Amino acid sequence: MTTRLFGSGIRRREDPRLITGQASYTDDIKLAGLVHAAILRSPHGHARITGIDTSAAAAAPGVIAVYTGADTEGVLNPMPCAWVIPDSDVKAVAYPPIAKDVVRYVGDAVAVVVAEDRYQAEDALELINVDYEPLPTVINPEAAMQEGAPQLHEDAPNNQAFHWVAAGGDTDDAFANADVVVRDTIIQQKLIPNPMEPRSAIASFVPSMGELTIWNTTQNPHIARFVTCLVTGLPEHKIRVIAPEVGGGFGAKIAVYAWDMVTAFCAMKLGRPVKWTETRSENFVSTTHGRDHVEYVEMAADSNGRVSGVRSVVYAGMGAYLSTAAPGIPTILHGLMYSGPYDIANIKADIYGVFTNSTPVEAYRGAGRPEATFLLERLMDLVAAEVGKDPVEVRRMNLIPKFENGHDVAIGLTYDSGDYEGVLNVALEHVNYDQLRHDQAHARSTNHGHGPLTGIGVSCYCEICGLGPSQVAGAVGFGGGLWESATVRFYATGKVNVFIGTSPHGQGEETTFAQIMSEELGVPVDDVEVIHGDTDTTPMGWGTYGSRTTVVGGGALALSARKIKEKAITLAAHLLEAAEADIEYEDGNFFVRGAPDNGKSIQEIALMANVAWNMPEGMEPGLEATTFYDPPNFSYPFGAHVAVVNVDPDNGHIVLERYVAVDDCGPQINPMIVEGQVHGGVVQGAGQALWEGAVYDDNGQLLTGSMLDYALPRAHLVPDIETLSTVTPSPHNPLGVKGIGETGTIASTVTIYNAVIDALRPLGVTRLEMPLTPERVWRAIQEAGGNRHDHGDGHGHSHDHGH
Amino acid sequence: MYTPDFHYHKAGSVAEAVEMLGHHEDSRLLAGGHSLLPLMRLRLARPATLIDIGGLDELRGIRVHDGHIHIGALTTHGEIARSHDVQHANPLVAEVAGGIGDTQVRNRGTIGGNLAHADPASDWGTIITVMEGSVDVQGPNGSRTIGIADFFQGAFETAVADDEIITGVRVPTLVRQGNGHGHEHGQDHGHDHGHDHGAESISGEVGEYAKMSHPASFYPVIGGAVVINADGGRCVSARVAVGGLVPTPRRAPSVEAALAGQELTAGNLEAAANQLSNDLGDEIIGDVFASADYRRAIAPVEVKHAMLHAIGLAHH
Amino acid sequence: MKVPIKLTVNGRSHESEVEARTLLVHYLRDDLGLTGTKIGCDTSQCGACVVRMNGATLKSCTCLAVQADGAEVTTIEGLAQDGNLHPVQEAFWDNHGLQCGYCTAGMIMTITELLDRNPNPSAEEVRAGLEGNICRCTGYHNIVKAALAAAEAIRSS
Ligand SMILES: Cc1cc2nc3c(=O)[nH]c(=O)nc-3n(C[C@H](O)[C@H](O)[C@H](O)COP(=O)(O)OP(=O)(O)OC[C@H]3O[C@@H](n4cnc5c(N)ncnc54)[C@H](O)[C@@H]3O)c2cc1C
Ligand code: FES
Ligand code: FES
Repeated sequence: MTTRLFGSGIRRREDPRLITGQASYTDDIKLAGLVHAAILRSPHGHARITGIDTSAAAAAPGVIAVYTGADTEGVLNPMPCAWVIPDSDVKAVAYPPIAKDVVRYVGDAVAVVVAEDRYQAEDALELINVDYEPLPTVINPEAAMQEGAPQLHEDAPNNQAFHWVAAGGDTDDAFANADVVVRDTIIQQKLIPNPMEPRSAIASFVPSMGELTIWNTTQNPHIARFVTCLVTGLPEHKIRVIAPEVGGGFGAKIAVYAWDMVTAFCAMKLGRPVKWTETRSENFVSTTHGRDHVEYVEMAADSNGRVSGVRSVVYAGMGAYLSTAAPGIPTILHGLMYSGPYDIANIKADIYGVFTNSTPVEAYRGAGRPEATFLLERLMDLVAAEVGKDPVEVRRMNLIPKFENGHDVAIGLTYDSGDYEGVLNVALEHVNYDQLRHDQAHARSTNHGHGPLTGIGVSCYCEICGLGPSQVAGAVGFGGGLWESATVRFYATGKVNVFIGTSPHGQGEETTFAQIMSEELGVPVDDVEVIHGDTDTTPMGWGTYGSRTTVVGGGALALSARKIKEKAITLAAHLLEAAEADIEYEDGNFFVRGAPDNGKSIQEIALMANVAWNMPEGMEPGLEATTFYDPPNFSYPFGAHVAVVNVDPDNGHIVLERYVAVDDCGPQINPMIVEGQVHGGVVQGAGQALWEGAVYDDNGQLLTGSMLDYALPRAHLVPDIETLSTVTPSPHNPLGVKGIGETGTIASTVTIYNAVIDALRPLGVTRLEMPLTPERVWRAIQEAGGNRHDHGDGHGHSHDHGH
Repeated sequence: MYTPDFHYHKAGSVAEAVEMLGHHEDSRLLAGGHSLLPLMRLRLARPATLIDIGGLDELRGIRVHDGHIHIGALTTHGEIARSHDVQHANPLVAEVAGGIGDTQVRNRGTIGGNLAHADPASDWGTIITVMEGSVDVQGPNGSRTIGIADFFQGAFETAVADDEIITGVRVPTLVRQGNGHGHEHGQDHGHDHGHDHGAESISGEVGEYAKMSHPASFYPVIGGAVVINADGGRCVSARVAVGGLVPTPRRAPSVEAALAGQELTAGNLEAAANQLSNDLGDEIIGDVFASADYRRAIAPVEVKHAMLHAIGLAHH
Repeated sequence: MKVPIKLTVNGRSHESEVEARTLLVHYLRDDLGLTGTKIGCDTSQCGACVVRMNGATLKSCTCLAVQADGAEVTTIEGLAQDGNLHPVQEAFWDNHGLQCGYCTAGMIMTITELLDRNPNPSAEEVRAGLEGNICRCTGYHNIVKAALAAAEAIRSS
């Protein structure tokens, strides 16, 4: 039997508990004496609190306590921002867990009620009387920086949260000497991540020991513990954070939330365990949002379409306060990626972070890279249109040629490895691009604009993930390291626990990490249990985001396994009475060269190491290894995607007919899981293109504040996703892997957007705002005057288009 | 997610339910709960008393009789969609029932509750209007029948009195449904292309419904329903109704008049559909997803689609 | 106001006194400890809470516990029989039909009813049948694949 399962699409080891309903997510956990918290949230986008009367609520049935900002002030410290980028004048404004004097967005916490049950807590919320004096609000990040705009924070003039500039080459020169300059204004609308599991926390405090335990839906329990220590003042070793089963995160569970701290505060005050779980409507205003850029972007090229420069001015909304990692997203993860897969000599990103009266913004799947990819791929299409070439041709001419070990781009990053034209070719061949274009031209010439309009979008991307070298993290102001750790522990029975610092929540590392173990040491995957998500039992780690878990955490694991192998070889040599140099390893067996049948299995080695009856001189008992792995570089997955859409010009309705994703994430530990990540990512990106977007009114009310109004992609609205891949290993990490968690989202939004514009170009439509709702599309067609009635073939009849 | 508190009574008969309604102030009937409970969970409705009529089997069931389908008020959308009697007697009604909400909504939501709730975009509102159906109600003073034209009084307002219960709905039978078999924008991946010749073969009564659904709530944004009485490819008479545009489902007499006597060509259908704005007035509904202007402009497209499908000029 | 109810859940009968306003999903999760049924929204959109009641799927967040009086309810915990996974569960596992698992109970319950009504659905019919269930992780691709595989497995068994 071979145990080699690296590269095989085995079914997931975490699934049995998930498909039977036996998994425990935070809200599923019950503790003896548990009581329930509900949070009163500001109904105003911006207001001064002039009085709060909690007496009626405190007297309501079942109510145990009511707390306001006056109670938490001085007990809980303000929420810290953990990514203060240097040289950018970051205004780390005070972010009180419960607002006391001023509320700055709809959803800002004003009070908390703790009651015996949640229904009673909700009843009591209605009895709290708050007097507000409404203040003017501002939602649009560009408008927020204009003179006379309402001011959110005294210490952030013009609502400027930071100003960051990065440049490589000389963009002034490139643009001055360009044959062609194309420009666009891109609105990266504010998105609401909506992991299916809402946020939840349970806090339990043992006063006699001063110990706090928090069960929390988080992507990074160790960071949560660190921040909890800063906010509560408890020492870090007295805090335990447990991430039980976590129902998706997509960035929204990176931040450490004020409400978790408030839950902890209640538990500490009351000496009883307290649970807080947000409702979905509460999630819409209280859990972090994503994107929210107003971008002025331009690209310089020669008359052939060879690109010489890209530059931007971006107003990136931060919401009312700086969330945990927020400033790093439009800057490091966005502005540094303006080269994408292209050879562009001159680049400049000029980014303003801006406070607005809306829910704080954080990472959202792709975090910065989808925005960078969007502007590049959008501009590439504009250049192609301007120079009269096929969009593919212009891309091809600008791609960085294949490289295997390091390529420096203008902004100063060193990409690891890439074959950008390779993936593009696979994609084009798979869809038969020439035929697609031919069919499109034929349809256009024969149906005179009647019937659905077909559009084809092609995009290339290269992204930065596998975060990342800690030295770089420090240099760019990240308030922590970005290394990972893994402990491998063999028991006497040959079974293995792997303890990791990252915290997967759907990505399947309980399976892929077992596959790494099978690859490295020949243990059956069923003999490996991967333990994660508990700061008391797992070694330090920085969490699961930025497509880093397999790249960095997997790297740590591979290195630990290799340490085990070294020890096993020494022990095997000792037991087989041979020289170490003569020991060979194959598929879990350590043997003297030429005598595989008389070897020692890794299980036998584990037994002997654990009982330690016969160890070589000086060797410690046990078979266990820990590695703290700090990657020498980021990783740079890449790919090429194609979308085909049909647009009904009568009503603006778009159907996503086809989606093809060709991605290269290096070697695939489990191709089934890789594909699953791409499927999900692509559809999430489609959501931004076609359906999703936070809409606020002038008073800061979120008009798309529930699943009734905010449209998430549904099964019947998306096609099957066609996935293909190429394999270009990264030279920079032990497994050569690159990360695949975000690529789908990074590429798909603009691919679909470009396809829609491609469909509409003959009608004169060249730009649209997302999401591409039927009304927006229809209006654009009307405004372009390209509606069939004016555009028609002169016959003037039979506009009969069914659907 | 947590409704306010209320008193709960389970009615054992229609008569008892009527009595309870009169007896308890601020009481509401609870049928399938798929309009009422969502409102209560968001604390947008807070009745003091709920009278659960869910157990009244006398209000359940489908019977075809006298050229009408009689549908008990508690009959679910799903039961109607799957009923062979309905599929036979009025395939349009079955089709529409099968397109309401999602499987779970159809398993619980009732036709009586839907009409009583009187959402301006309700599928039932539009369909019963175009079919010229009627609603049977029972109150303390006995039973009465309300013609659909008099039933809707405004958005979420009906002619049913506070102490009355809807017991059933009557829908005339329809000879046949169009070839299109119901279709929805935002729902399917297929497309079809119109043809430009007339529908010579069409004779008799055909009906069809087309809607654009909201991508988040699934509720219709605009629904257009038509019934065309044809003879040898010519329209003898037509009935047209739209939902989601004004506070109540609305008949479209201008469109109906424009179609009457016309040859059933795609061009004529479109010209007739374009008369729709004459029937709408200024009170058009709009929201973040679809503004009033857009709805006004697109409604004729939905009506046209329904017509084309009805007479088989659009096909998959 | 407390109301007595009597119902069968996963084959076991229960008699309880519940607050009239208790939603069925809260009764299942909090009173009976059947936390496999999830809550993903408060507007009846997501389908994380889908269970079967008297055979028909139902969003248990849109039903009062008192409305389930006398009913037979099946939740995800009651699907496997004698330690054997239901074919839909098995197919989800085989086809990577889940990632974070939060939507999974509702998806699986919905598909069991879909296949009861239509044992040989097309991919489009499966997609249409999933209208009321949101998954944020999988892009639905593998859920559809799992449903079709389950249909096949059930037909050939
Ligand atoms: C997710 C979702 C999607 C939906 N999509 C659609 C859709 O696409 N199209 C559509 O048309 N609808 C849709 N609906 C609404 C659905 O059809 C409801 O079920 C229906 O509107 C109400 O029926 P009910 O039995 O659930 O009524 P309930 O919620 O029980 O009651 C609704 C109202 O009617 C009153 N009432 C109930 N029965 C009677 C009676 N017999 N006599 C007098 N008054 C009564 C109640 O007191 C209450 O005021 C959707 C609902 C949901 C939750
Ligand atoms: S929780 Fe029931 S539908 Fe979302
Ligand atoms: S698997 Fe995560 S929501 Fe479906």
